Amino acid sequence: MPVQCSSCTEKRAVLKRPKTGHSLCKECFFWAFEEEVHRTIMAGELFKPGEIVAIAASGGKDSTVLAHVMKLLNQRHNYGLELMLLSVDEGITGYRDDSLETVQRNQQQYELPLKIVSYKELYGWTMDAIVKQIGLKNNCTFCGVFRRQALDRGAMLLKVNRICTGHNADDIAETVLMNVLRGDIARLCRCTAISTASEGEGVVPRCKPLKYAYEKEIVLYAYFKKLDYFSTECIYSPNAYRGHARTFLKDLESIRPSAIIDVIHSGENLSVRDSVKMPVQGSCSRCGYISSQMLCKACMLLEGLNRGLPKLGIGKPHRLHEKILSKQPLTEEEERKLKPAVF
Amino acid sequence: MLPACGDNMAAPVRIILEFGGGAELLFDGMKKHHVTLAGQEQPWDIKQLLVWIQRNLLKERPELFVQGDSVRPGILVLINDADWELMGELEYQLQDQDNIVFISTLHGG
Repeated sequence: MPVQCSSCTEKRAVLKRPKTGHSLCKECFFWAFEEEVHRTIMAGELFKPGEIVAIAASGGKDSTVLAHVMKLLNQRHNYGLELMLLSVDEGITGYRDDSLETVQRNQQQYELPLKIVSYKELYGWTMDAIVKQIGLKNNCTFCGVFRRQALDRGAMLLKVNRICTGHNADDIAETVLMNVLRGDIARLCRCTAISTASEGEGVVPRCKPLKYAYEKEIVLYAYFKKLDYFSTECIYSPNAYRGHARTFLKDLESIRPSAIIDVIHSGENLSVRDSVKMPVQGSCSRCGYISSQMLCKACMLLEGLNRGLPKLGIGKPHRLHEKILSKQPLTEEEERKLKPAVF
Repeated sequence: MLPACGDNMAAPVRIILEFGGGAELLFDGMKKHHVTLAGQEQPWDIKQLLVWIQRNLLKERPELFVQGDSVRPGILVLINDADWELMGELEYQLQDQDNIVFISTLHGG
C-alpha cells in the first residue's frame, strides 16, 4: 500500500516528516528541506552579501549536509557568499584521521577551499597524548573547549566573517535539557540563539542554519542524496551526560515527534528574572579569548597539562587563577588534588 | 524442523538487509547482508525480523539496536527505500526480494 506524496500527489512518498506529519516524495522532500533552511537563513538574517563564511566540517552527517545545502542555496538564491570548509584535527588516531579523509573528499566534491587546524599545532598536544596523561575521564571537556577555540583561530587565519556549524534541532534540544539539568542559566539563555554576534577579540560570529532541521531529515537527506559522510563513534567518547539527554529526547520523539521542536520553543521563550546573577564576560588575561574568569578554560586546561596537574582546569578552581598568573607555587595539598588518578 | 509440504506453509523469503550510519558497527562492520528467512505458517513481519536479526546477525551491544520489541529510537528504518512509518512499521509483511535498511542517527555529527 504505497502512500502518495501529499504535495505533488503524483509520486510515491518516501518519508513521513516528523515536524509536520506530511508524507513526501523524494523530490518534494529535497525542495521542502532546502527551502526551510533558506527561510531559517532569511528570517534570522544569518549572512550578508559578500561575506566569507567558513563551514565547520567534521565529515559527519550534519556538516556534510550543511556544506551541500549551503553551496546549493548560495547559488539558487544568490547569497553572494564565499564559502570554505574549516576542519579541526584533534589528533585522534583511527577516528579523526579517517573522518578528515571524508572532508578532503567533500572538498573536491563541492569544490570549496579547505583549511585544517590541529590541536597539535595550536596547543602542542594531540587528544591521543592528552588521553595518555589524563585517562578517559574529563577528556571530552578538553576536546570540547579546545575545539571551540580552534575553530575561532582557524577562522581568524582564513579571515572569514562568520562560521556556520551543523548543529541540528535535536542537538539544540539536547543542550536545552542539559542546561536545565545542570542549572546553567547563562548557557540556557544563550544555547537557543541561532547566531552569536562577535563576543570580543578573537571570537568570530557563529550561526546554525540547521537549527530547525530534524536529525531524521538530515540523515534521510544525506541517504537519498547519497552524500558521502563519516559515521564512526569517537574512540574516546562516552560523553555520558549528553548521551542520557539524547536517549531521553529520542524516547520522547518516538511518542510525539514534535517534542524536539517543542523543547527548543520552551528554551527560546524562557526569560530570566533580572535579579538572577549572571557571569560577566571579560577576556582571558593570558590569551585574550573571551572568559568570565581571569584565565579562560583553555588556558587553565593547558596549564594543567603542561604542569602534569590535569585537573587544574576541571571543575571550578577559580581561586587558583591569581596564583597561576603571578607564578606563585601551589601548596603540596593543592598539587595532590590536581594530580591524575592512578590507573 | 523441515519445511514440510503442508498446505499452510509459505515459501522462504529472500531479502537484503543493509546497515548504515554507524549501525553496521554492531554487525562486524558489514553493511550488506543477503539473507533467507525460512518458510513459516504466518508471513514474516518486521517485528519477527528484528528478533531474527538479534539471534542471527547482531554481534554486540544489542541495546544499541533494539529496545523492547522495536528498534532503538534514533534508528531509521527504510522498507524498499521508503520510511517504515509509511509502511506499517512493525506490522509490515515481508515480500520476497524486499530491501530493508537500518540507519543509525546516533553516531557523530
